[in-house]
Amino acid sequence: MTEAPPSEAPLVEIRKLRVDFPNPAGFTQAVRGISFSLGREKLGIVGESGSGKSVTGRALMRLLPGSARVQAEALRFDGIDVLAASERQMRALRGGRIGLIMQDPKYSLNPVMTVGRQIAEAWLAHNKGGRKEAREAALSLLEQVRIRDPLRVLDSYPHEISGGMGQRVMIAMMLAPNPDMLIADEPTSALDASVQAEILKLIEELVSARGMGLMLISHDLPLVSRFCDRVVVMYAGQVMEELPARDLHRARHAYTRGLLDCMPSLSAPRPRLPTLTRDPAWLEPQR
Amino acid sequence: MAAVSRAWLLSDAPASRAQARWGRRYQLWLAFRRNPLAVAGLAVVLAMLALALAAPLLATHDPGVQSLANRLAPPSSEHWLGTDELGRDSWSRLLYGGRVTLGMVVAVVILVAPLGLIVGCVAGYAGGIVDKLLMRVTDVFLAFPRLILALAFVAAMKPGIESAVIAIALTAWPPYARLARAETLTIRNTDYVAAVQMTGASPWRIICRHVAPMCLPSLTVRVTLDMSSIILTAAGLGFLGLGAQPPIPEWGTMIASARRFILEQWWVPVIPGIAIFTASLAFNLLGDGLRDVLDPKQR
Amino acid sequence: MIEVERLNVHFGHNQVVHDVSFHVAPGETFGLVGESGSGKSTVLRTIAGLVPGWDGGLAVDGKALGPKRDRAFFKSVQMVFQDPYGSLHPRQTVDRILAEPLAVHGIADAESRITRALEEVALPRVARFRYPHQLSGGQRQRVAIARALIADPSVLLLDEPTSALDVSVQAEVLNLLADLRQARQLTCILVSHNLAVIGHLCGRLAVMQGGRIVEILRQEQLRDGTAQHAHTRELIALSHELEG
Repeated sequence: MTEAPPSEAPLVEIRKLRVDFPNPAGFTQAVRGISFSLGREKLGIVGESGSGKSVTGRALMRLLPGSARVQAEALRFDGIDVLAASERQMRALRGGRIGLIMQDPKYSLNPVMTVGRQIAEAWLAHNKGGRKEAREAALSLLEQVRIRDPLRVLDSYPHEISGGMGQRVMIAMMLAPNPDMLIADEPTSALDASVQAEILKLIEELVSARGMGLMLISHDLPLVSRFCDRVVVMYAGQVMEELPARDLHRARHAYTRGLLDCMPSLSAPRPRLPTLTRDPAWLEPQR
Repeated sequence: MAAVSRAWLLSDAPASRAQARWGRRYQLWLAFRRNPLAVAGLAVVLAMLALALAAPLLATHDPGVQSLANRLAPPSSEHWLGTDELGRDSWSRLLYGGRVTLGMVVAVVILVAPLGLIVGCVAGYAGGIVDKLLMRVTDVFLAFPRLILALAFVAAMKPGIESAVIAIALTAWPPYARLARAETLTIRNTDYVAAVQMTGASPWRIICRHVAPMCLPSLTVRVTLDMSSIILTAAGLGFLGLGAQPPIPEWGTMIASARRFILEQWWVPVIPGIAIFTASLAFNLLGDGLRDVLDPKQR
Repeated sequence: MIEVERLNVHFGHNQVVHDVSFHVAPGETFGLVGESGSGKSTVLRTIAGLVPGWDGGLAVDGKALGPKRDRAFFKSVQMVFQDPYGSLHPRQTVDRILAEPLAVHGIADAESRITRALEEVALPRVARFRYPHQLSGGQRQRVAIARALIADPSVLLLDEPTSALDVSVQAEVLNLLADLRQARQLTCILVSHNLAVIGHLCGRLAVMQGGRIVEILRQEQLRDGTAQHAHTRELIALSHELEG
């Protein structure tokens, strides 16, 4: 079980979260009673598709479709009960105190608005000030996400910039209201490997410098472990294992080990890749 | 064949082509059934078609027999919906009129939908010169207001049901061709079409077996939503004396000939009006429901 | 088996592939690696006949290829696409998808061929009459592989066949491809952005950047530090770094 440091209350507290989606025959269980907490630290949530990792992030922001059934003993962000909060409170949380970075900047940026205006809008939504100040703020944010030519990017449209640059712009937008926490849902899956590392490094540095909490959701176990303090490994809607990122090579759960083992390796080639044997016991309710 | 049951239809491991196909249809029906307005639309459409088909059985009078002594009678036990200006039974004329009006709609759809589908798919898939040529032809037809073009066609031929059907069909196909072309343009660039191209299939085979079926759902929706405007155009032509000719009962013609009595004997023109209104509304509701079920983009 | 000689590809006025040449021997698996926009997929799609507007020399099995490919070409050359969600027709069952190449090539014993193809890619029998949306990503990619192999091709073009899959499924699909390659003596070209995947399956590979091949090297050279070009070294270093 997770223990938050006793001195401070955790930023996010999730206890026995269950999410079900309706299907013609009844309900599909997407998340089956998971618990963890997150302070001002970097937590990686790793799992394969269908493991419920994205649903967990979305449940915390209450971004799931209305048909989903969300239950939890506790689902709190900084003491606010997300399940009971009013829509108004949630709006202040989403994009205000919690920033969400999604997979493909191509789809999350507005194609007919310049980058500068989009960041300025995000800033204006949560800060007081005029157009001019908003533009200044946007410029400074672009500098913070280390865009080399911020003035040019400020007046570009999303299709005029590369994928990596787009993701930097997304991050700048999410930082505009000075959030307490970032949720990054597969932030680099659509990017080239060389850009991936840069973006994750940038997120990591910004989060550390600003003392935010980070929930990094990804399918890539080794990648996540390089940029996080702790890693939660999910399978079929449950937490299989939770461990400090630096101890990843000492992972004990067969699923975690299997995931690490089945990747082809450049340094240690094998004629055949070991495949993951899925133990039915993993589907049983975990302690 | 295995017994047709709910479990058989909903099985996620169908054992034959037929079971897979029917299972998919049943899933669509289940989704459709969740929309009560659409089900109501479907029920009304089916009921109207049934009434029109069974007209000879249900009619209480011969729709053509006049009785000048008993003209413009209000509804009674003898004449359920009253009589018209020549003393003909309105109920019977409404039933037989349904055959004509709905028959015209069905005829127009049978002519228009395949034409639009083929023109659109060919234009979209072939691209280049073929596309430009077909689309300019489409544009020419689109450029005219629908009723005006139909009027011109009917005026050039002799007024009658057949001319009305052809005239409406000529004016109705371009939007379908446009729609099918737009869909084809996106489908053409998908990997599953590339995969079929890699089998070495001929363009014609790809269009008919792989592209056109993907355009069908949106076309079906569009046709259903257009049914009401086809009915109204048919009624409009009838009203102007260019569609069905008296004494053939047709809803639009019935309103046209009875419009003089709207103040004193209001039920005479209002009854076919209600029929047109109900049919249009039912088709619209049905179309909306079909869109929710068939159009993947809406989900 | 496959010869590519000074291939140039244009999209309109935009030249995306410059002067690409390589040869693939029968039974060999050749890798094309590069970042997005390097032109690696375009080269593959051009060989497959899916891209118009190219010049240079292309030959498969000694026969030069023109702009239009005949049916015999499509019988001997097949392709597996990246996105298993997009490469299967959403309204067709697995059965229908697999029957299509057989119908086009006029191959008679469809029934037994389909059963055999499903067995070969280790798909359960119940998958035969399912629609793609009822299958998992890995199962869909197996269907795509089965479709590619059902008419007995000799060349298999693989366009990022595992990059949309989870790593555990990737391992299964890579093993399957290795087995099938051996059993059927296939000549393959594998395109990927993942150097480890390329290194796992390919004996030789070409590194692409900006539409050009910057270096062609053998698999062992990925490890023994004899890669020449800066970009190759960069990709190798990155790959080692991610392995941790």
